Amino acid sequence: MADLTTEFLGIKSPNPFWLASAPPTDKEYNVRRAFEAGWGGVVWKTLGAEGPPVVNVNGPRYGAIWGADRRLLGLNNIELITDRPLQTNLEEITRVKKDYPDRAVIVSIMVPCEEQAWKDILPQVEATGADGIELNFGCPHGMAERGMGSAVGQVPEYIQMVTEWCKKYYSKPVIVKLTPNITDIRNPARAANAGNADAVSLINTINSITSVDLDNMAPEPTIGGKGTHGGYCGPAVKPIALNMVAEIARDPQTRGLPISAIGGVTTWRDAAEFMALGAGNVQVCTAAMTYGFNVVKEMISGLSNWMDEKGYTSTQDFIGMAVPNVTDWQYLDLNYVTKAKISQDDCIKCGRCYAACEDTSHQAIAMSEDRVFTVKDDECVACNLCVNVCPVEGCITMEEVPAGQVDERTGEVVSGEYANWTTHPNNPSATAAE
Amino acid sequence: MATSHQASGIQAARLDAAGIAENFSDLHPAYDAHEAAVAADRCYFCYDAPCMTACPTTIDIPQFIREIQAGHPESAARTILEQNILGGMCARVCPTETLCEEACVRETAEGKPVEIGRLQRYATDTLMEKGVHPFTRAAATGKKVAVVGAGPAGLAAAHRLAMLGHDVVVYDAKSKAGGLNEFGIAAYKSTNDFAAREVDWLLQIGGITMDYGKKLGAELSLDALKDSYDAVFLSIGLAGVNALRAPGEDKDGVRDAVDFIAELRQAEDLTALPVGRNVVVIGGGMTAVDAAVQSKLLGAENVTIAYRRSREDMGASRFEQDLAASKGVKLMFNVMPKAVHGNGAAAEIELEYTAVADGKFSGTGETVRLAADQVFKAIGQTLEGQPDALELEGRKIKVSETGRTSVAGVWAGGDCASGGEDLTVTAVAEGRDAAMDIHSSLMG
Repeated sequence: MADLTTEFLGIKSPNPFWLASAPPTDKEYNVRRAFEAGWGGVVWKTLGAEGPPVVNVNGPRYGAIWGADRRLLGLNNIELITDRPLQTNLEEITRVKKDYPDRAVIVSIMVPCEEQAWKDILPQVEATGADGIELNFGCPHGMAERGMGSAVGQVPEYIQMVTEWCKKYYSKPVIVKLTPNITDIRNPARAANAGNADAVSLINTINSITSVDLDNMAPEPTIGGKGTHGGYCGPAVKPIALNMVAEIARDPQTRGLPISAIGGVTTWRDAAEFMALGAGNVQVCTAAMTYGFNVVKEMISGLSNWMDEKGYTSTQDFIGMAVPNVTDWQYLDLNYVTKAKISQDDCIKCGRCYAACEDTSHQAIAMSEDRVFTVKDDECVACNLCVNVCPVEGCITMEEVPAGQVDERTGEVVSGEYANWTTHPNNPSATAAE
Repeated sequence: MATSHQASGIQAARLDAAGIAENFSDLHPAYDAHEAAVAADRCYFCYDAPCMTACPTTIDIPQFIREIQAGHPESAARTILEQNILGGMCARVCPTETLCEEACVRETAEGKPVEIGRLQRYATDTLMEKGVHPFTRAAATGKKVAVVGAGPAGLAAAHRLAMLGHDVVVYDAKSKAGGLNEFGIAAYKSTNDFAAREVDWLLQIGGITMDYGKKLGAELSLDALKDSYDAVFLSIGLAGVNALRAPGEDKDGVRDAVDFIAELRQAEDLTALPVGRNVVVIGGGMTAVDAAVQSKLLGAENVTIAYRRSREDMGASRFEQDLAASKGVKLMFNVMPKAVHGNGAAAEIELEYTAVADGKFSGTGETVRLAADQVFKAIGQTLEGQPDALELEGRKIKVSETGRTSVAGVWAGGDCASGGEDLTVTAVAEGRDAAMDIHSSLMG
């Protein structure tokens, strides 16, 4: 079993799986259960300023979308930050950290954009003995209307300003949590970097309406006949989060800035993917909220088995390994040619590849009278849609046409030489640039 | 006080009412909404779906399952019923394991097909429980069509013809409609009087007059029908039963399985229905299995199906064979009846082993005797009482693809007609297709 011990910003945890700031980390009771289940760390649910706590709605807080067999794919929430008194949370954090010194305990904070507010709360948080703080600049609902959460995260200047205050009044690591509700994630990341943040974490949830109640004609979750947009998370958002993590990891201005990745992590593989794209660790919420804290056990065994197979002895060995392979479209090799191949042994003859290709793509799959499906190499552009719609994993594969062989679609010999759009004769800029 | 399994002879009340009720409950209980959702989610929405091709009525199965997935089973029911107006019964009695579910790609993939039959039942039950009849009649055509035989083929033809605007009179020799749905088929496949309820529901289309107690060759003649109607559809089924042709066939306790099943289906109280202690059913089709299993469920101690050929040749599907075995019915292969022994009433049956040598089927000379106080003959039904004017093909009324007989203006379908397996679903398809052909012929 590979050692999953991960050091992030100097904070050691027995594995890279932290629970994200969310309902699962709102109370000592839950956090103790999480640690007993094996979670490496938690980001405590966001604390607000001293005084009367926020009030949550008393109707449904969550909405969801499902895949087959009602597998939860996406979850949205309209919950606010902790609705418990600041002191209660601080006392609980202190106790938990004392009892679990080997686990990471990060405190999420969201107070108004005034220096005094941060100056007031930070020493109190520091006194808990927690390992660091995370600035919640991401919540897209409720708090944003009060000038906090994503309202801050959408203004790079505010991010930098608040980060600077935190670095001034708090001695331990400061993680800035970013909202994805923005056009270019690099700008807030750069702002956090400029404010001397120790790390960024992302993504927070995405503005969303999960469904509409067609009887009451109101968005869901519906509160007294009305609904509002909430924050969307879960497996459905993972691709968006992967891209945003990669964008920050490969941006020359933020390259090397530690990242704690969040967004639909459900199994070990999701975590490994985020880490390969440069995340130092991952934070999980929806998977735990869907299946309970025990999901971490599969993440631990899966990651460790995979590391053993690959010969990695530390998570450091593979963090960021995929970053150099993330590039812009224009640099993709246009001389790389593949063709779909259908394994007749594995094919169950559902014909979905045929319908997809024939109706919506390149008419590159033939169907015989007796339902044998074969790829027409002279039509196949290797789009991969057949692979994606096939219900049997591994039945359809993309096979590279080796150099020297003719691509039957173009009639040209595959050269094997790298050539991209920047040099392609069809690109008007190819010559103009010279 | 119930009679025990061991009481000799043919006795009623081998089980008490509770035991009977349990034994004759639904073979495939109806899905609830959650079960239907889970089952429907397994459908891959195949292109040119093999299940649909395998269905004799060509129901658009991926479409109806998608409608269940999307939460409107009533549309699913309509999709089913447009192709097969007896979709409710077919959902219960179709040998799906040799039709749609055998063709399901998940059967190929995992050995576990989408449970199409049960989903079909969920959809059709949902609609029928609401008392909704989703079809309406076209403008009256002024044409009149006679349908002889109110079984699946006749009902399907009548419904389609009525829907197309024709006036239909359905005759049946019995006092009740439904044919084998009502009088054949195991009770556990059509619980809560479903066959009769389905007929009532079907007749909601309007324009169909039922006329019972009228038999072709007795109260009815083909010539008279031809004179009075614009077209005639014959769906008279197979009224004859093959004989054993073995000594002792006339002894008490030896009877046709179809009669036993009909009696069972019409019985008010199954505890009052007598059954033997040692029952032997001769045959290898669905009727044999239905008779054998129901004998066992009534409380017979020993029930044996004796089939003259091998398991592979058996007409009943493997599912039906396994069902019989699971109920404690013993299956014997490669044996044929040689004689029924007993003093007045059957006591034993003597079976001779058979073999196929050089492509020739014959008895081996070796025999075995089984205790048998009741022997059911289920060795096939035959056409009986068909009008002489009609040309036959083999032992059935010769018909074209669309059910036309050799006599102009007369169509036929269902078990009495040539072509297709003798299944409810096939009969429905034939009735429907003949109706369409009658319609185009009448409307020219």
